[in-house]
Amino acid sequence: MPEATMIMYEEEYQQIKTILSKLRTDANSKMVFLIDKNGQQIASHGDIGNLDTTSLASLTAGNVAATDALARLIGEKEFPVLSHEGERDNIHTSVVGGRVILVVIFDERSSLGLVRLRVKRASAELNEAFERIVNKAEQEKAGGAKRNTPFTEISDDDIDRLFSDDSL
Amino acid sequence: MTFINYASREINCKIVYYGPGLGGKTTNLQYIYDTSAAQQKGKLISLATETERTLFFDFLPLELGTVRGFKARFHLYTVPGQVFYDASRKLILKGVDGVVFVADSQRERMDANLESLSNLEENLKSHGYDFSKIPYALQLNKRDLPDILSVEELKRELIRKDEPIIEAVAPKGVGVFETLKAVAKQVLTDLRKSAGAS
Repeated sequence: MPEATMIMYEEEYQQIKTILSKLRTDANSKMVFLIDKNGQQIASHGDIGNLDTTSLASLTAGNVAATDALARLIGEKEFPVLSHEGERDNIHTSVVGGRVILVVIFDERSSLGLVRLRVKRASAELNEAFERIVNKAEQEKAGGAKRNTPFTEISDDDIDRLFSDDSL
Repeated sequence: MTFINYASREINCKIVYYGPGLGGKTTNLQYIYDTSAAQQKGKLISLATETERTLFFDFLPLELGTVRGFKARFHLYTVPGQVFYDASRKLILKGVDGVVFVADSQRERMDANLESLSNLEENLKSHGYDFSKIPYALQLNKRDLPDILSVEELKRELIRKDEPIIEAVAPKGVGVFETLKAVAKQVLTDLRKSAGAS
C-alpha cells in the first residue's frame, strides 16, 4: 500500500490543537481547520457553530488536489496557497509539509496579510509536530513495540453488527 | 489510508465507487443517503453538471456504529464515469481504503465496463496500490433491465480476483447495502491485520 494508516494519539492531538488555537487568536480569525490530503478532518478550532465540517474537509481536499493537478499541467510543482475572497468571509488554504492542509476562515476583523504571516509560523510548528508523529510511528515499527491497539481484536461479529442495525 | 484518531476515538475510511458512466454509482450513494438514519449520515455532496452527470465527485459521510469503542466512519465517494474525466478520477482514488466497481449489466455497456475496469487498475497502480490486495467488491447493477447479460457472462469478463459479487438494482436498493458491507468488511479486516502486524 502506498500510505500507511495514520494514527493520531492524544498527546500529539493536544499539541496540534494548541498550535491551531494560537493561530486562530494570532490571526484574529474565525475558525481554523487541519485536514489530511485525502479529505479527513484532523482537528479544528474556533466558533464552528452549524458549519458542516465533514463536507468542508472533503471539498477542501478535492480543491487542493485539483489545484495541484492544474499546477503540474502547466509545469509548476504546486500552488501552495489558495485564497478565496467572499463578501463577508474569506478562506485561506495552504499545504503544510506536503502532507496536510491548513484552512483559516476569517472576516473583516483580520486581513489576508496578517493571516499569511501567522500561517507561516504555525505551519513550521505543525510540520515539526507531524515529523514527530511520523518518527514515533517509525520508531515503534522498527523497535517492534506493540502498542495496545484494540483493532487486533476486531471480530467478524463486530463487523456484522455494524450492518445489523435496524436503522439502516 | 485509514485515519485512526485516538483522541476523538474514530476510525475514518475512504471507499470509492468506480465504474462506467451512467452505471449507477451516484444512485448507490443516493439510496444509502435516503435510507440511512439522520444521525448516521452527513450531507450528500454532488459536484455535478446541470444535467446531473457527476463532474468531480459525490461524497457521503456515513457513521455505521462503533467497533471496539471507536466510531466507524466511512467516507463514500463516487468518481465521474465519463471517459474524459480521467484526471479527476485519479485524484479521487488517492488514499482509498476500498473500491466498489459498479458494473452496468446491459449488453451494450460491456465494453464500457471493461474500459472502466482497466482504467481502475491503471489508476490504482499509478498511486502505488496493488489491485490484488486492495479491499474490493464487484456490483452487477441494473439487473431489472430487459437486455442484460447473464451473471455468468458478466463474471467471466469482469472478475479479477476472488472479489465478492453482488447483484443489484440500485434505485430500489437491491444489493446496495450488501455491496457496502462486502467492501467495508474487507477494510476492517485489513485494519485488524495491519494492527496485528505493527
